[in-house]
Amino acid sequence: MMEVAMDTNKIDEIINKHQNEASSLIQILLEIQRENHWLPKEALQRVSQRLNVPLSRIQHIVTFYKAFSLIPRGRHEIHICMGTACHVRGAPRVLDTVQDLIGIKPGETDMDLKFSLETVNCLGCCALGPVMEVDGKYHGKIEPAEIEGVLKNYD
Amino acid sequence: MSEILLQIDGREVTAKEGMTILEAAQQAGIFIPTLCHHEKLDAYGACRICTVEIEKRGWTQYVAACLYPVEKDLVVRTRSEKVDQIRKMLLDLMLAHAPESQSLKDLAQAYGANKDRFEKEPNFCILCGLCVRYCAEVKKKNAVAFVGRGVRREISFIPEIASKECWNCKECFPLCPTSYLQAAYFLIEGLAFPPMVPSEE
Amino acid sequence: MTRISSPDALERIRQEILARRDPEKPCISVCAGTGCLASGANDVIAAFEAEIEKQGLKTKVYTKGTGCPGFCERGPVVVIYPEEICYLQVKPEDVSEIVTETIKGKRVVERLLYVDPVTGEKAIHESDIPFYKYQVRNIIGNNIKIDSKSIEDYLAIGGYSALAKALFKMRPEQVLEEVKRSNLRGRGGGGFPAGRKWEESRNAPGDIKYVIVNADEGDPGAFMDRAILEGNPHSILEGLIIGGYAVGSHEGYIYVRQEYPLAVENVLIAIRQAEAYGFLGKDILGSSFDFTVKVHRGAGAFVSGESSALMTAIEGKVGEPRPKYIHTAVKGLWERPSVLNNVETWANVPLIINKGAEWFSQFGAEGSKGTKIFSLVGKINNTGLVEVPMGISLREIINKVGGGIPGGKRFKAVQTGGPSGGCIPEELLDLKVDFDELTKAGSMMGSGGMIVMDEDTCMVDVARYFLNFLSDESCGKCVPCREGIRQMLKILTNISKGKGREGDIELLEELSVTAQDASLCALGKSAPNPVLSTIRYFRDEYEAHIRDKRCPAYVCKDMVSYYIDPEKCQACMICLQKCPAEAIEGGKKKIHVIDQEKCTRCKTCFEVCPPRFGAVKRVSGETVPPPIPEERRMIVRE
Repeated sequence: MMEVAMDTNKIDEIINKHQNEASSLIQILLEIQRENHWLPKEALQRVSQRLNVPLSRIQHIVTFYKAFSLIPRGRHEIHICMGTACHVRGAPRVLDTVQDLIGIKPGETDMDLKFSLETVNCLGCCALGPVMEVDGKYHGKIEPAEIEGVLKNYD
Repeated sequence: MSEILLQIDGREVTAKEGMTILEAAQQAGIFIPTLCHHEKLDAYGACRICTVEIEKRGWTQYVAACLYPVEKDLVVRTRSEKVDQIRKMLLDLMLAHAPESQSLKDLAQAYGANKDRFEKEPNFCILCGLCVRYCAEVKKKNAVAFVGRGVRREISFIPEIASKECWNCKECFPLCPTSYLQAAYFLIEGLAFPPMVPSEE
Repeated sequence: MTRISSPDALERIRQEILARRDPEKPCISVCAGTGCLASGANDVIAAFEAEIEKQGLKTKVYTKGTGCPGFCERGPVVVIYPEEICYLQVKPEDVSEIVTETIKGKRVVERLLYVDPVTGEKAIHESDIPFYKYQVRNIIGNNIKIDSKSIEDYLAIGGYSALAKALFKMRPEQVLEEVKRSNLRGRGGGGFPAGRKWEESRNAPGDIKYVIVNADEGDPGAFMDRAILEGNPHSILEGLIIGGYAVGSHEGYIYVRQEYPLAVENVLIAIRQAEAYGFLGKDILGSSFDFTVKVHRGAGAFVSGESSALMTAIEGKVGEPRPKYIHTAVKGLWERPSVLNNVETWANVPLIINKGAEWFSQFGAEGSKGTKIFSLVGKINNTGLVEVPMGISLREIINKVGGGIPGGKRFKAVQTGGPSGGCIPEELLDLKVDFDELTKAGSMMGSGGMIVMDEDTCMVDVARYFLNFLSDESCGKCVPCREGIRQMLKILTNISKGKGREGDIELLEELSVTAQDASLCALGKSAPNPVLSTIRYFRDEYEAHIRDKRCPAYVCKDMVSYYIDPEKCQACMICLQKCPAEAIEGGKKKIHVIDQEKCTRCKTCFEVCPPRFGAVKRVSGETVPPPIPEERRMIVRE
């Protein structure tokens, strides 16, 4: 299901919304990423064609910025905050535990396309540190021992 | 354009407004080492080997000569203890990637740099960007680009473009100070170029 | 909604809004900032609405979700007006009691009040709580009073009156002069005098100029801008329009990092409202001044918060910094004069215009006028956002406002300035917090992040953490930064794994000098600060790591081991069950033993062993004693 290329019409719709402006390149790519959860090669080529922007620049942008994924993402996205406040409150242990439990590293997706893991450099809720966010739901003051229980709820 | 008088290594130098320190120095026959600079390309400021010491209103600063615009009464020193230290360290760092590069070896000798100071790095590209910029600014093909960020920054050929454009160009090859470019090209040619179908071209 | 076409019309509408509001009518304000939402504030708001409906009070009580007031440690925060009674850590289950007791019965629910951890005293009103009492909340104080999605709330507290004053009672040069006289310095970290930047742009050649809000707030641990932009987006718009007027710009940009979806949402709503009411667009309030604003989202790169990088990103290119030998105030966005300022800087502008430069200068210290919002986080009791006059000491912020270190632990250091800053040790806690004092001590005030660290924090690990952050966030273009950070990170990683060598500290210092002098942008130039400041004040920790292969704070996992003291273990099974690696063997009456091969050093057993047993021990720089033989592990109880 995830391998199917994105509908070209949808991409064109997004580009048209930004009046086909080359300076809106990053905004357009963000919207495509939001819609499709990842950026297939075909989508990048379409954007390159329509905006008359070299594919090389797009390639640099999508590998430079963390928001973009060039591989399909899992059904559930796990973000572990690695901000300084969360770090001193034990975020590295949380990350280690999640890595051990799911078997993937940040930036990767597991084999069943169930979970994608990513580190974030500060979600802005430092009072709740360490924070693990899954599909927009924040799990604050999370302890390594609790993580397995939390992740079991997701299928 | 008005003339600007500045001092480089104790000499009075006349430059035109809008020139960089590097251009003014070259015009006056004063040598400043460069790596990522090329006369056909916009100044880039990545290697920092052209760092020089300047004095302005009593303050001493270190700036990239290839980018800093000349100013009236600017005092420039192309060599000093600090400048040499900076260049030596930059070379030590780059040699960890490309110890056999001739351009690096030549400069290393002048500054006493040591290719064994840091542990060898697997990637022998020094990211001077000459290939990327030449393809973008001169050939306007954009067949090779930067990807990634920070310590994972690399150059990468875009297979869709490179497979069509590079076979009878390769003008970037002689620009590469480490020959990483050639290696990267042949790797991508073998791995990722779409198969040639007789009916194409 | 017809556009407001004159200052008089604005005042008329403001009076109409106020007339429709009854100040005596109870108002339940629940913080709806990202932090409290993550703690369940939406459920609390829904519970209040349901309960109010149930008790037939719908027309008699206002309920609203508001901007973040900053006391994030104790969220969800609820303030009941007009009495200003403040309840903390409110859950949906508490709601019915609050409505019955406080709203109807005018009685206080004691158990939800703030309790001073030292004196045990309870604080009823928001202003009595020590966390708030010692602050000067010129900017953030407004957040709890307004629903962030309501322009009427903003108008009710005097919003857009500064804009009307600027457009009709002041010429652009006078607005500029007022900002210059206030000595407002940039709040994003650079501390550059805002008035001077505005003047440079105003005087630069060109008809098209830009004013830009930097809401990229990338410093990890800092979330002041999020609270202001989410909580009071109109205040930023107002500041920006005034800035445009002063500089001669008709186009503004707000660059928001995409990790702040609520801020993006609220600012887009605010822009639509401002356009409808006539504060944006053509002929604002009938002044013949036009101004439009666009929102541009970041895509997840710390370096793109650097001003020249940000402008490059708005142009649709990769957000890498440019050399700044020519100021962006003269040649910025699309090579045109551009004024870029931080969110908090813009938030100060309407205040300065309304109340004057003299009023503004009464706060703060010489050279650092006004108040500053800090995010006080880490190992501190009262985590949250605090707004204080500059010149206050670190000790006051940490102890008086922050309530000290939790768990009875000892303070070790406070990290300020984010990845460009450094760590300040205990001896220097009386330093005044302003733009200049902290820089002299080897750190910097930065954007306002203040991470408190205690005895359980390893300073070598902190330096490694920042360098790891920067190794990924640096754009990677120039050699001194990219390669310098690469090698420094390698050295620090080795040190933290027990592989440090004599000479490592000196090499770190040498690499630091190169990065500071030769890097293209401020990220590279300031990257060595965390390393240099920790070496300066905590050299003994580095030396313990390198010479003794010991981590004094027991953090660096490769140098720490845990074991269970057989004399003290009571076989209670708690650690055995909680161990995420299943590395503890034992049983109900069998002494527990940690399998050193499986142990991941997560510290869980150390933390869960009941204090009266205290059986889990940790060592660093030495080996653990071998486990006692199997036969001796059975506990015999009489």
